[in-house]
Amino acid sequence: MDRKCEQRKHIISVLVENQPGALARIIELFSSRGYNIESLNVGHTEDPSISRITMVAKGDEHTIEQIVKQLRRIIDVFKVRDLTDKKKLDRELLIVRVNVETPEKKEEVMRLVEIFGAQVVDVSKDTYTVELTGDEEQVDAFLELIKPMGIREMARTGRVAMVRALQGETFGEQKE
Amino acid sequence: MKLSGAEILLRALELEGVEKIFGYPGGAVLDIYDRLPFSPLKHYLTRHEQGAAHAADGYARATGKVGVCFATSGPGATNLVTGLATAQIDSVPVVAFTGNVPTYMIGNDAFQEVDTVGITRPITKHNFLVKDVKDLADTVKKAFHIARTGRPGVVLVDLPKDVTREITDFFEEEYKTPVQIRSYKPVLKGHPGQIKRAAKAIASAERPILYIGGGVVSSGASDLVVKMAEVANIPMAATLMGLTAVPGNHPFFLGMLGMHGTYAANMAIQESDLIVAIGARFDDRVTGKLSEFAPNAKVIHIDIDSAEIGKNRAVDIPIVGDAKLVMEELLPEVEKQVAKNREFYAVREKWILKVRSWKERYPLWYEPSDRVIKPQFVIEKIWEVTKGEAVITTDVGQHQMWVAQYYRFSFPRQLITSGGLGTMGFGVPAAIGAKVGRPDKTVFCISGDGSFQMNMQEIVTAVHYNIPIKVAIINNGFLGMVRQWQGIFYQKNYSQVHLDVQPDFVKLVEAMGGVGLRATKPAEVEAVLKEAMAIDDRPVVIDFIVDREEDVFPMVPPGGALHEMILPSYGKKKEKKAV
Repeated sequence: MDRKCEQRKHIISVLVENQPGALARIIELFSSRGYNIESLNVGHTEDPSISRITMVAKGDEHTIEQIVKQLRRIIDVFKVRDLTDKKKLDRELLIVRVNVETPEKKEEVMRLVEIFGAQVVDVSKDTYTVELTGDEEQVDAFLELIKPMGIREMARTGRVAMVRALQGETFGEQKE
Repeated sequence: MKLSGAEILLRALELEGVEKIFGYPGGAVLDIYDRLPFSPLKHYLTRHEQGAAHAADGYARATGKVGVCFATSGPGATNLVTGLATAQIDSVPVVAFTGNVPTYMIGNDAFQEVDTVGITRPITKHNFLVKDVKDLADTVKKAFHIARTGRPGVVLVDLPKDVTREITDFFEEEYKTPVQIRSYKPVLKGHPGQIKRAAKAIASAERPILYIGGGVVSSGASDLVVKMAEVANIPMAATLMGLTAVPGNHPFFLGMLGMHGTYAANMAIQESDLIVAIGARFDDRVTGKLSEFAPNAKVIHIDIDSAEIGKNRAVDIPIVGDAKLVMEELLPEVEKQVAKNREFYAVREKWILKVRSWKERYPLWYEPSDRVIKPQFVIEKIWEVTKGEAVITTDVGQHQMWVAQYYRFSFPRQLITSGGLGTMGFGVPAAIGAKVGRPDKTVFCISGDGSFQMNMQEIVTAVHYNIPIKVAIINNGFLGMVRQWQGIFYQKNYSQVHLDVQPDFVKLVEAMGGVGLRATKPAEVEAVLKEAMAIDDRPVVIDFIVDREEDVFPMVPPGGALHEMILPSYGKKKEKKAV
């Protein structure tokens, strides 16, 4: 398939004024222009008056280019970057509560926790609650393996991402 | 200096150079209106908040300055919405101030409370809710800066009542310092490398065309664009918003392109090998079927808004910048390139001749009549009587397209029309705003019987302030454009388009204190227009009873490509299909 029309996930990082209307404006942009957000993550940066929004959106090149341009038009937005093809660190946090009614299950969960470098953060009579940080693939793989145990409840944060320092640039210095 | 929020607002408006405000008072803005009589600002009380928004819009379009409107909370704010959306989509600088319930009541479903910033977020360039009187002055300053710079647009400032009442320090000198918005830095100058590439492409193209949009008018680039067309022998086509950029009688001007564009403009676009789009956005009403739009053309796209570039049509040479600033760099480059290329004129002449032959072969045409008034004839007569010098506002529908086709404009900002949103009811209040902004000009609103009824209460506003606008109602007793579509594409199933039950517009206008006139026969048209022109202390409304089922041609059928337009019959019975 032509790469231009290929639908794939993009990680878009946005620096924005830490103000009440700013997030609403960004979310509304997605709904009013018919774009889909898979995940969205907001937190402030080293400068508390600036927030970093990391979002994952699916679309072809043209759509993603439009999303980036439309985001740049928002008055409160400083910088927008598509990090998809950059060397980057991206992480997601998963908290999942699984059934462990039998000793075998307990053992299997502990084994997976060890392999993935996860942590059991809460325990009850028949459940373990596991916390895992990793990139999306790791989190997906972990969930796939733990699924047969029976997932009671789960929460994922969506991705946060940052360009690697190796590339000689950080987000803030990049002039676009 | 210690001032209340209301006083700070009014003083700040003065410092912004505001002279006229259109608005409507109410509970949440009482403190502002209480201080208004002590301010040199002139306030016009419209009869509906929508009228205030359109008047501010018309004022801004006519003058190039920022239009300002006031409304109260709740219904006042929601009534502004259509007007603000109209201005925003046509990139008109308007700043709207709305009152709201006091800060401590926000979110409480209080009387006349709505989430104004929430409602207006998608239809403004930016909006603010001021929660502390200390932020007020700075917010007003930012609002005007955002509205008038970059791609102009609408900014709304929502003012809770307590913010307008509370008192704080106001430092005028501080207000006059330049605005700093760290996240907002519009790109104004074009990229020099891209400009060089564009100039080369323009000089070496065989069949270029200029596609001129509203950005040329609003940035003041009209003269430069026309000059470039002359230097490089390029035919020009304009959008509805860009029509006034080019003198209507210019030999290179082909008129409007798009759905109701001229045959020559549409064919020239379709056959071109280079489109130079300036301040235009490849709107669906312009391109027709996008995949068949100008299939062999390379595209140079000059626009202040980078998000417009490549949005609808892939672009070969994008130039982000203000049209005027870009043209100032591009024009000398084009001149240089043209001088270098010796075969230039021979190549270009073939194209010019071809375009000219289209223009001569398939001009705009309607069947004249001495029995019934043809709507196009009215527009031609208005042009004649106003010597082509009137500022024209329109509503939306058939009459709007006939104005675009038959009124030959002579200076920029002469046509004030709702292009993007297509807002019926725009014409009369926009004419009021335009006349307030340009008292030296005749301001003529050309409307339809449907559109006029959507905001006819504003005639009272014109009477109140002795604003002598002229209004021509092209009265066919139909919602004409909808009827035309039902006629052509829905087998004449005329559904809910009959407006033959209507007020006697002459009596109605007389009752409102204006002058009402009527023409029912072609022979009366000129006399009645001259009579209207002689009145200069009141609004005049002329009811032109016109041919009921006249259609607008050419017409590109929806989903069709530009070259598939339906042409007028040129006197033959059957409509001709273009090749």
